[in-house]
Amino acid sequence: MIQLEKLTKKYGNLTAVDNLSLQIEEGEVFGLLGPNGAGKTTTIRMLCCLISKTSGTATLNDLSIGNKKNCLEIRKMIGLLPENVGLYENMTAYKNLDFYAKLYHCPENKRKERIEYYLKMLDLWGKKDVIVGTFSKGMKQKLAIARTLVHEPKILFMDEPTASLDPEATKMVRDFILELKKEKRTIFLNTHMLDEAERICDRVGILKTQLLDIGSPEELRKTLLGKKSVVMVDAINDNILKNIKSLGFEQISIENNKMTIDVNDPRKDNPSIIQAIQDAGGLVQSISELLPSLEDIYLKEIRRND
Amino acid sequence: MIKLNTKNVWTITTKDIGLFIRKRLILLSALILPLFISIGLPMIIWYVINHRNVPVQVLFPIFEAFSFFFIILAAIIPTVIGSYSFVGEKTEKTLEPLLATPTTDDEILLGKSLAAFLPTICMIYISAVIFMVLMDIFTFAEVGYLFFPNWNFGIMIFLDSPLACVMSIELSVLVSSRVSDIRSAQQLAGLAMIPFILLYLLIELHVITIDVNTLLIIAGIIAIIDICLFFASRAIFQREEILTKWK
Repeated sequence: MIQLEKLTKKYGNLTAVDNLSLQIEEGEVFGLLGPNGAGKTTTIRMLCCLISKTSGTATLNDLSIGNKKNCLEIRKMIGLLPENVGLYENMTAYKNLDFYAKLYHCPENKRKERIEYYLKMLDLWGKKDVIVGTFSKGMKQKLAIARTLVHEPKILFMDEPTASLDPEATKMVRDFILELKKEKRTIFLNTHMLDEAERICDRVGILKTQLLDIGSPEELRKTLLGKKSVVMVDAINDNILKNIKSLGFEQISIENNKMTIDVNDPRKDNPSIIQAIQDAGGLVQSISELLPSLEDIYLKEIRRND
Repeated sequence: MIKLNTKNVWTITTKDIGLFIRKRLILLSALILPLFISIGLPMIIWYVINHRNVPVQVLFPIFEAFSFFFIILAAIIPTVIGSYSFVGEKTEKTLEPLLATPTTDDEILLGKSLAAFLPTICMIYISAVIFMVLMDIFTFAEVGYLFFPNWNFGIMIFLDSPLACVMSIELSVLVSSRVSDIRSAQQLAGLAMIPFILLYLLIELHVITIDVNTLLIIAGIIAIIDICLFFASRAIFQREEILTKWK
């Protein structure tokens, strides 16, 4: 559905996006993670044909973004939710959507149908004739999402969709994106909110001008941080450490009476660790698998490339 | 060859006009001058004729000079509407979603330009009619015939004013790319009226006489400036320029 091959954008001497290659399948929710200035927005803008690429290729549904003739076709099949909602504050919710639906050439009957459908779905139908300037941030974001969907695009680009929203509005927006995921829409999401990417995305890419890593959150966990077991012991002593190391687990970090041990497979390795501790006279209070968060992976990758 | 989807152009034009009408302050600032020129100036003539006993023939050059105000008006009003239309989108951050729609840069530029042009021309024509009617009412008894309409006024209204309006809109586009607030844009685009004020002064000082030939020459000069500004504003109104270089 979306294919990028060595996509690069330079502004003079500054490289905003460097040789970005990735592939996104139809119906996939892909998250691009990265700090501010990593090139996330530039990537979306290139894919939406808003700015030109410097080199490389990118195709959306087999239409190349480099070809000016394709730009109108590409814009017809995509929906963009920019970081700033960009709604006309002096227009009503209905008129905002109607304006965009007209620009996407939705036939009048379908236009009315779709506007009603999305406003009802997003719980804004009761406010359809209210001036948008009076809306809360969450309501504006919902309306902006409706605007993005009103022409039924195949691909959605969302740039920081929950940035600057309160927790309630954030949950509401995330739930709605999950609903869209169920509809098998292809979603390209820019975010620096790691829990958001973890909850919503099938795959994530970590971008800092260059693509540092790509994969599902689970894959990234496995490949980048490995697996760990956390063991709480009544008291840690040298014999316990010696016994555990004799099993081949060399990486052990200790904090008070907590040991974090790098293992291959916690299910298989934990019983032998328990046994080793007991053999050394220790008492295991608890043992569990440590699941590194996407945040750990993200920070590790970003710091590694600083 | 410029390809335009007229539906897109009209959708953008009507949206912008709708927004402009809702912005009361902008609407008011755009209405004050036409009201003053169409009603205030004939009232001054009426006062001078009736209370100062000035022979009406002496006032004919003043009638012409007052008529010239409509060209200045055509250069001023678009700075108010046009600046809001272009810089307003920028300050309210509504440009990016608009640029992401399947519209061309030319359609957006034309749509927005028409949104400044049409209300301006409507205001000019309505105020010109009011001006002519009031002037004729106040001067008919003295002059003995209807001074308005006449050829000079016709050329000013139907040729010079629209061309001045276009010039002002194109300047607003250029200015919008360099400033980030509406007031600065209005002030800078207001430079469009300077050549017309200079012309007005030359008329008042009798350096230039207003006649059909002079007005046609003025129209020709403005048309040439319009063509140059058209290419400049078209070059600057490009998606990438707007998103990455506009302040």
